[in-house]
This record gives sequence, C-alpha cells and structure tokens, in this order.
Amino acid sequence: MALKIVKGSIDRMFDKNLQDLVRGIRNHKEDEAKYISTCIDEIKQELKQDNIAVKANAVCKLTYLQMLGYDVSWAAFNIVEVMSSSKFTYKRIGYLAASQCFHEGTDVIMLTTNQIRKDLSSPHQYDTGVALTGLSCFVTPDLARDLANDIMTLMSHTKPYIRKKAVLIMYKVFLKYPESLRPAFPRLKEKLEDPDPGVQSAAVNVICELARRNPKNYLSLAPLFFKLMTSSTNNWVLIKIIKLFGALTPLEPRLGKKLIEPLTNLIHSTSAMSLLYECVNTVIAVLISLSSGMPNHSASIQLCVQKLRILIEDSDQNLKYLGLLAMSKILKTHPKSVQSHKDLILQCLDDKDESIRLRALDLLYGMVSKKNLMEIVKKLMLHVDKAEGTTYRDELLTKIIDICSQSNYQYITNFEWYISILVELTRLEGTRHGHLIASQMLDVAIRVKAIRGFAVAQMATLLDNAHLLTGNTQRNGICEVLYAAAWICGEFSEHLEDPMQTLEAMLRPKVATLPGHIQAVYVQNAAKLFATVLRKHEGETDSHAAQETSQLLIDRLPLFVQSANLEVQERASCILQLVKYIQKLQQKKVEVAEEVTALFAGELNPVAPKAQKKVPVPEGLDLDAWINKPPSESESEDEKPKAVFAKEEPKHSRSRHTEVDEKELARRREARKREQANNPFYIKASPSSQKVYDAPGVEHIPVVQIDLSVPLKVPGMPMSDQYLKLEEERRQKEKAERKKEKKKKREKRGKERKADSGPESEEDIAPAHQVDIVTEEMPENALPSDDDDKDPNDPHKALDIDLDKPLADSEKLPVRTHRPEVLKSPAEDRVNESIPQETKKRSGKEKKEKKKGKEKDRKRSKEEKKKKKHKEVEEELLESHPEEAVQSEETKEAATPPTSTSAEEETAPSSAAAVDTSSAAAPESEPDEPKDAEPEDTKSSKHKKKKQKKEKEEKEKKKKKRHHHHHHHSNAGGEDSVQNGTVEEEEPLPPMSNYFLLAENSYIKMMKEDADQVYDIQGNHQDESKVVVSVIFENKSDSFLKSMEFNVLDSLNSKLQRPEGAGAHDSLTVPFQLPPGISNEAHFVFSVQSIVMPQKLKGTLTFIVKSDESSTHEKLDFKLHFTCTSYLITTPCYL
Amino acid sequence: MIKAILIFNNHGKPRLIRFYQYFAEDMQQQIIRETFHLVSKRDDNVCNFLEGGSLIGGSDYKLIYRHYATLYFVFCVDSSESELGILDLIQLICFFLCVCVFVETLDKCFENVCELDLIFHMDKVHYILQEVVMGGMVLETNMNEIVAQVELQNRMEKSEGGLSAAPARAVSAVKNMNLPEIPRNINIGDINIKVPSLSPF
Repeated sequence: MALKIVKGSIDRMFDKNLQDLVRGIRNHKEDEAKYISTCIDEIKQELKQDNIAVKANAVCKLTYLQMLGYDVSWAAFNIVEVMSSSKFTYKRIGYLAASQCFHEGTDVIMLTTNQIRKDLSSPHQYDTGVALTGLSCFVTPDLARDLANDIMTLMSHTKPYIRKKAVLIMYKVFLKYPESLRPAFPRLKEKLEDPDPGVQSAAVNVICELARRNPKNYLSLAPLFFKLMTSSTNNWVLIKIIKLFGALTPLEPRLGKKLIEPLTNLIHSTSAMSLLYECVNTVIAVLISLSSGMPNHSASIQLCVQKLRILIEDSDQNLKYLGLLAMSKILKTHPKSVQSHKDLILQCLDDKDESIRLRALDLLYGMVSKKNLMEIVKKLMLHVDKAEGTTYRDELLTKIIDICSQSNYQYITNFEWYISILVELTRLEGTRHGHLIASQMLDVAIRVKAIRGFAVAQMATLLDNAHLLTGNTQRNGICEVLYAAAWICGEFSEHLEDPMQTLEAMLRPKVATLPGHIQAVYVQNAAKLFATVLRKHEGETDSHAAQETSQLLIDRLPLFVQSANLEVQERASCILQLVKYIQKLQQKKVEVAEEVTALFAGELNPVAPKAQKKVPVPEGLDLDAWINKPPSESESEDEKPKAVFAKEEPKHSRSRHTEVDEKELARRREARKREQANNPFYIKASPSSQKVYDAPGVEHIPVVQIDLSVPLKVPGMPMSDQYLKLEEERRQKEKAERKKEKKKKREKRGKERKADSGPESEEDIAPAHQVDIVTEEMPENALPSDDDDKDPNDPHKALDIDLDKPLADSEKLPVRTHRPEVLKSPAEDRVNESIPQETKKRSGKEKKEKKKGKEKDRKRSKEEKKKKKHKEVEEELLESHPEEAVQSEETKEAATPPTSTSAEEETAPSSAAAVDTSSAAAPESEPDEPKDAEPEDTKSSKHKKKKQKKEKEEKEKKKKKRHHHHHHHSNAGGEDSVQNGTVEEEEPLPPMSNYFLLAENSYIKMMKEDADQVYDIQGNHQDESKVVVSVIFENKSDSFLKSMEFNVLDSLNSKLQRPEGAGAHDSLTVPFQLPPGISNEAHFVFSVQSIVMPQKLKGTLTFIVKSDESSTHEKLDFKLHFTCTSYLITTPCYL
Repeated sequence: MIKAILIFNNHGKPRLIRFYQYFAEDMQQQIIRETFHLVSKRDDNVCNFLEGGSLIGGSDYKLIYRHYATLYFVFCVDSSESELGILDLIQLICFFLCVCVFVETLDKCFENVCELDLIFHMDKVHYILQEVVMGGMVLETNMNEIVAQVELQNRMEKSEGGLSAAPARAVSAVKNMNLPEIPRNINIGDINIKVPSLSPF
C-alpha cells in the first residue's frame, strides 16, 4: 500500500501539471490543436490510473481545456471520482470541474447525490462549502428534490460561512424544485435577522431575487425590510433592499408614501454613488406608482431630476449613462420635469460614446413636440449619415420612426415631410429595418387620406429606381420598401400621373430577382394598375393604348409564372389568364374596364393589432370545452395547428380595392352594414373621428419634383430639409395671419382641439395640411390591458406561490430515506430515520409523525371517537346555551395563534380527512381513552375546525329550527361563502374555488372538489389507499330534500367504502337534509387499489323531494373522474 | 443575478470563464467571441456598460466590464444587480487576485494585474471567485472575510499535501528551471518499468 502511494507520487512527479500544460500550449502557438490533442491523450491515460492524485491533476487540466472550448463531458465520471476523494485538495478540483461542465443533461449527475449529501454533512466546513459552491452551479431538479432538506438543515449551521452559502443556494433549489419554497421560507425569513452580516446579506439577496419575479407574494415582508433598511449599514444589502422596494411599490402605494422620506434622507446623506443612484431609482418607481401630479411630491421629483442632472453632467461616463437611464424612467410619468433638461440631452446626442447616445435617443422620444420634431429629426438624420456602425444606425432609424409615429403621429404636422424622410431613409444600405420603413409607408398612406396623392408619386419614383435599392446584395433588407411602394401604387393607382409607366417599371425582368413575397405583391398590384389603365383609356375612342397594355402584361407575366415561389406563380398564372381573356374581349371591342375595376373594389379600414384577441368571450361560451370527445393525450400533443396555416403576411392581406363607382360602393356598404348588423360575430367599428378639413396648406406647398437623373438625391439639400424651411416660413406667415383674424381662428381651433392633446403652446402650430387619421378599429368593449407578452417558459412562474398560507402536510420536504424511490408506508420510513441535526421544531414534528404512523389505526378510531364525543359535548352545550356554544367555539379558535406550528399543520388535513371519513362511514367501535382526543383536537388546523364548526352549526340549526335557514348554511358552497360570508368574517375561508360541477338537475346540484383528494396510505394494508371526495350538494328547488342516498358502482380498482356489514351495492345515506336553497358538503371515501389507473365511476343519487302537498322520489346520475394526477397531487412526503 | 463572468485578454483569448447558466462549449466560445467583439472596439474613456449581447441574456441583460492592462473583466448581469455595485465588485475581485494569488506582486497592485499570473493559476482564481460570487449571486463583499477564507483553504490544502505533495513541489521547482525535455524521457524509460515489478508486494 505504501509502495503504491510512493509509486503514485513518483508518477506524478513527471506528469504534466496545469502550469506545464499552459506553458506547452503557449509554446505551440502554430500547432495548438495538435498539441492539445496529444495532451488530451495523455490525460486519458492519466485518468485510467488508480492514483487519485494523478486523476485530480488530469481533471484540473481538463478544466483548463474546457475553458478553451474543448468538450470534456467524456470525463464526467472521472470528475465524479475526484469529487468523492476524501482529500479537500482533490475534492475541490473535482467540484470545480463539475461546476464548469456539468449540466442537467449530464447523466452521471445522479450518481453524485449521495456523495454531495455526505459532503454536506461533513464535519469540515470547507468540504461542505465546496460542495455547496459546486452544487449551486449544477443543481438539477432531482438533486434539488433530494437535497433540499439537507440544505435547509445547513441554513441553521453553527458556522456563518456555511449558513450564508446554504441560504444562497436555496434560490437555485427553489428554481429547480418550486415545492421546496413554502416549507423553506420561514427559515429563510429567520435568516434575514441573522447575527452574521454575510448570512443576512445572502438572505436579502435570495428574497430579492424571488420577489423581483413575483413581488406580490412578498409584500408581507415589507415591514421587516423597512427595518433592515433603516438599520443596515452595508451598502450591498441596502442596494438590494432598495431595489426590492422598487419592485414592491407598484403593488402597494402606501408603502411608497412611507418610503419617500427615508429614501430622500439617504439621497442627501450617502456618499456612495451606487446607493444614491438606486435610491433615486426607487424614488422614481414610488412616484410612478403614486398617482402622478400629487403636489406634495413635486419636491421629490425635482430632487431626483436634480441629482440625475448632476450625474449626467459628471465627467464619468458611467454616471452619465446611468443618469440618462434613470431619466428615461421619469420621462414616462413626468415628462415636463425632464423636458426642462432638453439642452443637456441633446448635448448627449453628440457624445462620443455610443451607449450614451443610445440612452439619449430613448429620452428624445419624450422630448419632441410639434414645434421641434422637424429639427430633432433633422439632427438625427445627420447622425444617420455620419454613423459608422450599422447597429447604431439601425437604432437611429428605428428611433426616428418611433419618435415620428408615436401616439398616432401626434407630433407630425406635415406628412409630406414625413414621407420624404422615409424615402430618404431608404438610401441606407444594408439596414435590417426595411420592413419597418415599409410598414410606416403603408400605414401613413392608408390612414392619412390627404397624403395619398403625394405618397403615390413618391412610391412611383421609388419603383422606377428600384435598381438602386436592390443594389448588389440580394439580402439587402431595404428592398422590403418596394413591397410597400408596389402596394401603395397599386392600391391608390387613381392618384398616379402615369400609371402606364409605373406598370412598366413593375414588370421589368429585374423584378424576378426580388424575394418571393415582394414579387407576389408586384404581380397583384400590376393587375390593379392594369385595371386603372384600362379605365383611363375606356373613355377615349382610341382602344390602341389599352390593348397595348394587355399585350405588355401578356408578354411579361410568363416570367412570373415560372417563378419558383408558389405564391408568385399562382397569382401570375391567374392574372395572365385573366388578361388573355380581357384581350379577347378587347379585340371584340367589348368594354371591360368596369368589370376589371370591380375586381379590386372596396375599401378596408385598418384594424388595430391584437383587435381579434381583445374581443371579449361571450358569456356562456367555454372555449376550453371539448366539442367532440378529446383524442388521447399523446395525439393532441403532437398536432400543432400551426402547420395547417402556412406562413402568411397578415399585415398586408387587406389588399383589394380601388375606389370606383361611388354608387356601387355605397350600395355595397349598405349591404355589408345590414349583414354586419345581423352577424353577431362581426367586430363593429368604433366611430372613427373623420373630420375632413379643406386643406389650405397643400396648395401652398409645391410638390418637389425629384430630379430623376440623380434619383432620390436632390442635389444640395435633402428634400426633407426643404420642408423644414417651408415649415418655418409657413409658421411665420400663419402667425401674421393669426393676428389679423384671431376670432376666426379660434373657431377653427376649437375643432382642432378634438384631435390635439398636446400642451397649449403647441396648438398654435396648425398642421400644414389637415389630415384625418383613420383610427384603427377596435372591438367595442375591448379590454385595454394585454398580458400576453409574458414568457410561458419563465422558470420563475413556478415560484409564484402564496407564502402566507399555512403549510400543508403534503408540502413538507422529503427527508432523506434509504430507498426514497420505493413507496413505503410512512410509518416504516419514519421509524428508520433519525436526524441528529434537526431543530427542535422539526424533531417535534418527527415525533408527531412517528406517532401518527404507528398508531395509524388507533388514530383513526380516536378521531372518530373524538368526533362523537365532540358531538355529545356540543349537544349538551346546545341544550343549555345554544348561542354560547358557537361563541365559545369561536373564541377558542381566536385564541389559537393564527400561525399554528407546523406540527399542528402536519396532522391537520389527514385528521380532517379522517373525521370526514367517519361522518360518511358508519362508526366503528374502538377502545380508546377520550383524554387523547382533546389535545389532538385543539391542535388541528383552522381548516378542519371550520369544517367541524360548520357541521356543528348545521346540526344545531337542524335541531332547533329546521325551516329557518340562514346564510352561513351555504358557507360550504365554496364561492358563495365569499359573497355572503357574514359569520365567518373574522376568519375568511381559505379559497375553495376548485369545485366543479358533477351533476345537476332542477332540484339539486352536485359539485365535486377537485384538489382535495387526500391520498392516504393505510398502515396495515400495504397497497390500499384512500381517496376522499368532497361533494357539495346544493338544493336548487324550493322544496325540502331528504333521504338522500349516494351510491357508486364499484370498479375493480376503486370501491366506495361502506359501513361494515353493508352489501357491495348498498347506498350510503347522506348525513343531512337540505332545506330550499341550502347547500352542504359530504365526504365519501373510496379505497383505491392502484394509483396508476385513472377511473371513471358511475353513480346515482336518490332523494325525496318534499313540498307542501306532495313528496316525490327523484334520481340524479353522475360520473366521478379520478385522474392519476389527482392521486398524485397530495402524495405524502415524509418528514 | 450574474449570468456569466468572463475574463479574456486583449486578443480575445479566454483566461477565465464562469457561466452560471448552462451553455454548451461551442456556445460559450461564441459568447466569448461576441463579447470580445463588443467590448474591444470601445475606447477606454467611454462608459463601462454595454447592451446588446444577443447570445446571452436578451434585453434584460447588460455587460459590465473593466479593462485592466491586458485583461478585460466582463460581467453579464441582469437588472437586479446594481450597475455601479458590479463595477465595484470587479475592482474588488481584481484586488483579491493580487492579494491571494500573486502575493509577490502586491506592491504593483491591480492596475498591473499580470495576465501570466492569471493563466498559470486559473484554478486558484476560480477558488477566489467562488468566495465572492456563488451560483450567480454575490456571496460576500467583505474583503477581510474573503481573504481569510481563501487563506484558510489554502492552508488546508498545504497541510493535506504532506508527503505526496513535497516531491511534486520539488519537481515543479526543477521544471521551472527550464530544463529541456529530459524528465519526461526518464519517466518513460526507467520508472514505469521498475514500478510494476514492485507493486505485487
């Protein structure tokens, strides 16, 4: 043995260590790959040796190679070997390697569970620490589940070094195993007040991370954090807490009000910039959450803006950047206070730092007004020209479009200017945002009717010079613009001066090189243009021109018929045939223009995006209900309806109309309206404010003809600049005019005000040409908010857990077991277990559990006994002081502290279930001392008590006045109780909304509880388990219902538990009667053989309906579904 | 949350990488390349925050970096971290590297963090980092505490070394004398043959 060690160390002497490897790689610069591959071979040899030192050395080298990008997953097992070394030196190497290259897909990870557990409970703190650190990087759901309890124990370790690591890693565990959050949370909360600042900081860290994603669950911690904030001196902790408050305030404005003062104090007092910045940030968040415009907070806003200005003016670029970032947050709610710093922000636009320029751009969005929009955009256009990198230029482009199009083009006074800007932007080469420009063009052309003539002229020019746009590169994003150009020219072809020329341009052979979807639009719109040309020539006697056009189409279209793109092919061949037919007709001198234009008649209004989504679902329509019987699970998973609908261009599918015959149009509109009125599914248009002005400005502004020889580049000045000049002149002129006829103007302004929401000063600037922006159609009662942007795959969704609810039995963390996979009876498990490091609380629980396990039978009987006894006591009491009985019960409940200890909670549901069982099943006689029953009872949770209480109350009622019914009878009816919970006000019921309808007829309604199926393993029958089904019976008639009998046809797997001596088909009597309008709950116990089989049980309920004059027998059939998951939900975990 | 810590040199060669979210090796390299590309073209006197790493994170994530001599220290963090705080943290880590790894260069301190030191002690740098950041969250920011813990662990490693580590240290001393390739030849020639004959005992 000793020799072996000696041998190992001698071997090691001459192995390469990490330093040698690094040196070697540096010395082999020219053939690095080859050198490394020989090294990997060496490492493989080393890994085969028995000596752990050699292996560790090899693994260490692998870690380095992993960094260089080499896949080392083949050595995963060796890494595990090194991890399990008893020496800290090697263990550390192993864990480091594991943390670098293990992930959820690594299969050897499951081998590590026990090793990690061993390390976690190691007496050496650094072994534990290293294991925790490693685990934090590669924890998987399985590891998290198996080790959660061990880590939770470590949270109370004596060494703060371990405690803080254990606290921190809990976050990772929560992410992977969300079930652990609730049981671990109380302890996590304790750690907020840990004496060690490191542990405290870790706990704050974890809770902040959790709260950031699901803030509402952590509101209750606010006071604690508030205390920490005022007491802590650690800036890291303070920053975290302040950030957390920033996330909480939107949910609780009162918190915000309290925060303002301490935060302002901090802002004044702190010297740490990071803290100051976070404080300002949170104050901003608070101000946003408070209803804006509260006068007493304007001081805080001023303070924030002031401090931010100082940051922005700082020479440190980092502070400047952050200042701008925070400024943009204020901008949303308090634009005015930011606008006063416009000078500073415009200055930042010229900063040499791109990040800062981008931030300043963000702010610009809120800076613009009708007055300065043109100036600002001009400045941006200059930047566009200067911009060197494409990313920044693209960013500029999107910002220009954002700024201009914001709130329905509110700030644009001259749309001709905007169109020219868009056209100028098409000069950008290699931009990714061609589609953005295109959609803007389309949007403006469609929604601003007055601009169509100008837009069409511009687009025709664009089409004519398409070769400049398509340029050399095929994947040039800018050619998207041609899509818009072609569509606009086609759609509004009546504005075209020379449709023939445009048609010709659209049918050039070069078009065939454009992307398919653009070609398709070309073809379609060529047809529209064709219709226009035909109509134009119809009036003339000379039919030659029209025939020439047909010939042109017939000549050129075959090119598109051959297209590889199906869409293009289909449209082209369709239109080609059409044109051929038209040509025949033309030759016969038949007038066809009317018919051809009719092909493209009709106008569609723009529809708001997501309008369809926002149509509220009509009442009574359940979209999730199956129309047909659902297919088997696996099939429905595979099918994705997406495949059915091929990719389409939804935006532009509204492309057929030309404005033709007014009469025809009016007629159609009438017909359509009539149809819509009858059609319940039609989304009605919101009354769009269509105000038509006579446009005085249009005539004043000459349409600038673009010099075609230098296409799109007007020599000297870009055309948008000319607009700028014109605009200034116009304003001057208007000012002068306004002085003269003030009175007249005022009337007009009254009209304008409808559309304008800008500040008073801006109203003075009248738009160059009044435009009617057709508002987008929305369904009548559309819901304004849309939450559909949330990522469904967010792991934090699972952590959205209510932490204030008491812990249920089923939620306890699994404790380590020797064979955790094997489903054993809890009793056995618990007897085998003994956990030394458990806290007092835990061990108490343990004991409880043990007891519970051992005396499973006894307990059940005890419970029954207790119940019986309870009844007796209750009845005695009732006889003497019926009112006080309830009273005392309530006071007793109130006396029990609301946060009952976990031991109590532990037993609650199961005991409750047992009680329920007994109420359904006939009592069995068991010997047990009644003394035991009493403490047991007080320990049971509120929930159980409530049930009992309800029953008691009912009994009392029944006893006293059968016919008098009171509200709280219906408390068992789930949701009802929320509405009329008069009695239970001190203690609101836990949410019981998970009842669903089982069966219903005119007399009675049965509701089954979904999740409350307690799956309970019996101690002595190995495999038999029980499911408790809670059913609510609600009397819907106005007669008295009695003698209700509940029966279910047993299956092989599931049997209704009946009292001893009853036959297999006998019914169970429901232990109550129902006066009119009253509901009550009963529990039925089923024994289940196998939990892997879903069950559908048929059952009947028979009852007698007793009205004043007669009584009839009635029957109601129902079906009970036990899905496998309903067994699983509450699979007990043993603690 | 910190999503990744990357340290690379002026040529984009990784010197230490730590991802707190799994990425395959080739993806990791791609991220390093992209990050290097973004960071390296920035002047030294511009701000240390950067948005737009497309491979890692997305819109919520930022790159926060510092450039010391020949090394870039880049942290990829989300919005729950304080930007200025992380900048301080980077400085802190650099300081620890000086104190704990390159004890001999303490006087030069972190403005001169030597790239070579970092390359040859990657594992040690990792161990230091582990004391500061764990699983993507800041574990400890108290300087004394970190230094103490790292020291204790190193001492523990030394004490474990004992007999088996002594020769290794001797050898590495010899190797550092830059002898030609002789030791490796010996390894193949003598000892490997001798040892098997001994082991049956």
